[in-house]
Amino acid sequence: MNSKNNTVSGAAPHYRFTPWNIGRWVIWTLFAVALIVAPMLFRSSLAMTMLSQIGYLIIICLSYNILLGQGGMLSFGHAVYTGLGSFIAIHTMNMASKGSFNIPLVLIPLVGGLAGAFFAILLGFVTTKKSGTTFAMITLGIGELVASMALMFPEFFGGEGGITTDRVYGSAFLGISFGPAIQVYYLIAAYCFVCTAAMFAFTGTPLGRILNAVRDNPERVEFIGYNTQRVRYFAFIIAGFFAGIGGGLATINFEIVTGADSLNVVRSGGYLLFTFLGGATFFFGPIIGAVLLVLASVLLSELSKAWLLYLGLVFLFMVMYAPGGVASLVMMNLRLAKYGKLRQLWTSYLGLAGAGLVGVLGAACMIEMTYHLQLNAALGPELTFLGATLNATGYNTWFGAVFVMLTGFGLFELCRRQFVRQWSQIQEEIEHEIKRGGA
Amino acid sequence: MNSEFFVISLLNGVSYGLLLFMLSSGLTLIFSMMGVLNFAHTSFYMLGAYFAFTISGVVGFWPALVLSPLLVFVLGAAFERYCLRRVHKFGHVPELLVTFGLSYLILEVVQLVWGRSTVPYGLPEQLQGPLFSLYGTQFPKSRSFVMLVAMLMLVSVWLLLTRTRIGLVIQAALKYPEMVEALGHNVPRVFMLVFGGGAALAGLAGVIGGNTYVTEPAMAGSVGSIIFVVVVVGGMGSLAGAFLASLLIGLVQTFAVALDYSLISVFTSVGMTVTENTFGYPLLKLTISQVAPILPYLFLVLILIFRPKGLLGTRED
Repeated sequence: MNSKNNTVSGAAPHYRFTPWNIGRWVIWTLFAVALIVAPMLFRSSLAMTMLSQIGYLIIICLSYNILLGQGGMLSFGHAVYTGLGSFIAIHTMNMASKGSFNIPLVLIPLVGGLAGAFFAILLGFVTTKKSGTTFAMITLGIGELVASMALMFPEFFGGEGGITTDRVYGSAFLGISFGPAIQVYYLIAAYCFVCTAAMFAFTGTPLGRILNAVRDNPERVEFIGYNTQRVRYFAFIIAGFFAGIGGGLATINFEIVTGADSLNVVRSGGYLLFTFLGGATFFFGPIIGAVLLVLASVLLSELSKAWLLYLGLVFLFMVMYAPGGVASLVMMNLRLAKYGKLRQLWTSYLGLAGAGLVGVLGAACMIEMTYHLQLNAALGPELTFLGATLNATGYNTWFGAVFVMLTGFGLFELCRRQFVRQWSQIQEEIEHEIKRGGA
Repeated sequence: MNSEFFVISLLNGVSYGLLLFMLSSGLTLIFSMMGVLNFAHTSFYMLGAYFAFTISGVVGFWPALVLSPLLVFVLGAAFERYCLRRVHKFGHVPELLVTFGLSYLILEVVQLVWGRSTVPYGLPEQLQGPLFSLYGTQFPKSRSFVMLVAMLMLVSVWLLLTRTRIGLVIQAALKYPEMVEALGHNVPRVFMLVFGGGAALAGLAGVIGGNTYVTEPAMAGSVGSIIFVVVVVGGMGSLAGAFLASLLIGLVQTFAVALDYSLISVFTSVGMTVTENTFGYPLLKLTISQVAPILPYLFLVLILIFRPKGLLGTRED
């Protein structure tokens, strides 16, 4: 994981043009255009809430990746900083609407960010004392600590019900009251773009680079005179700041924060899961992760009751077979495309996808039937799944599902062997070409 | 605080602490052998309880006491063989993540198979009722059984590791894997057995913890972070440290739950008046029993500040 990372994080040297790095300008412009155009393409209110969620989750997942991908710190308590950022933000909003002091809504996410940074300064001092596995356990402990404290101080955290607010306060500026969802979306989008750019810029700063070195080889970093603990601490504070901004934006979007939901360890686990699925080894990986997170939690959970099970399985397979996440799969294929080899593989991809789909379909039928028996047994044995009616107690259905699954996975294995052969051959050819180009 | 309350709480605290030790010993064993922090460790604990519930419904509790840990052993070993070994080459973080993914999966599967509510996993007849009564308060047999099993387990693990040939190979494989491999021992298999063994210890804890306390899908999560606290407080990889820390945390939690003192009662006893307008009133009015859930974590923070290597830890990293 670490070795291939070195060339990737930061700027890819192959595409550096002087004096303008054209590739980078194109990508950032496309990103900005995508943020602006997205709500014009997807107009439904469901799409609007999803886009807003994606917007601030991109910030949160990217800030999480400062720890995981760039610092090698596996944190299980990231929700602490987003959640506390949310709480400070919501109290500030309530105070501002009461007229205690005057702060425009546009600056509320910054308040959340400062709160996140403050708590990262406070708690990070303890957590970053250790690295590696111990760090993971300690962040988990701190996460539990803060989450259980939330129920102890109902005055601040609002107990079980949480705290509500109204984002429309003060006088509207240039007709922008932040009442309609679209205005909130553009506020989130603006923050999303600026924060993404800032975090990308961070990867190039001396601190960002030395953070990568701390991840890869702490001893050497100690040797050249850096205090690894302090480097981790600073990175932790910066991650806390951006996490707090994300939390503040979430508050503005939902107008409610509950301690039980926004601080707990399950939430932190979710950030970890999707940052990893998106790809922690590339800067843009967590962006994919954030999109996946919203798609999974909104669409997949509507589609199936077993979505957490599917998610767990997907996660397990990704860790085992593609530890670089979706981003690494994309980059590997981009590399093939660059050398014009992608065309040789598309039949294999088609075969793999087809066979895999058949296998998954069979397995999914069985999982759905089991869930149906467990949860909706009172509704009778029949259930509809993807348009087909399945009889959860019938032997025929079970036999059919097993048969479909085994056929699918058998074919998949055959395709996979063929694919692996092709893949390694193509990689060899590319290596060959690179060597020839270099000579 | 009277002596009746003190003795009973002491016994309850020790039996809870010993249960925590059964859990953390498996975790510590796996961690010190393989360097893998098993996030799914308490999921194996939960599986042990649920397996025991099902098995004891068919053949009774006593066979389940043996069969359920065996089943968990097989599952743990299979997981090591087919998943963990595969990600070993990617480094520690993916190893941790794969066990994290497993804990997700086990939780979902348990909810799928046994439902989302508590299952009626009761005590067998021989363990029902009080063992003895002290100053009129009865101490249940089940708690003492937990203590007995934990002590037996502690002694047998210790004997296995220090007095047998297998233990020697395991200890050597930890420090000099290449050398042990060269001597003709199958080190990957040793690791597989160690992982399975650690999981089986958790499973055993589940069998006796599941009916003494409660068997539900949340049981893994509720002890999950506490045993990580135990391991960090005791010192990473130190069995003796884990023993000490589990007893400490067991006692602290048991005593704290029963105490109704708050800072206000302290202040009023020294003659100060505290009203709702006093600064920090929400903090002052909290009783010790209310803050009981966070005491282990506060303990963790204090240890990290004042003794970062843990109570009996040797390494500082």
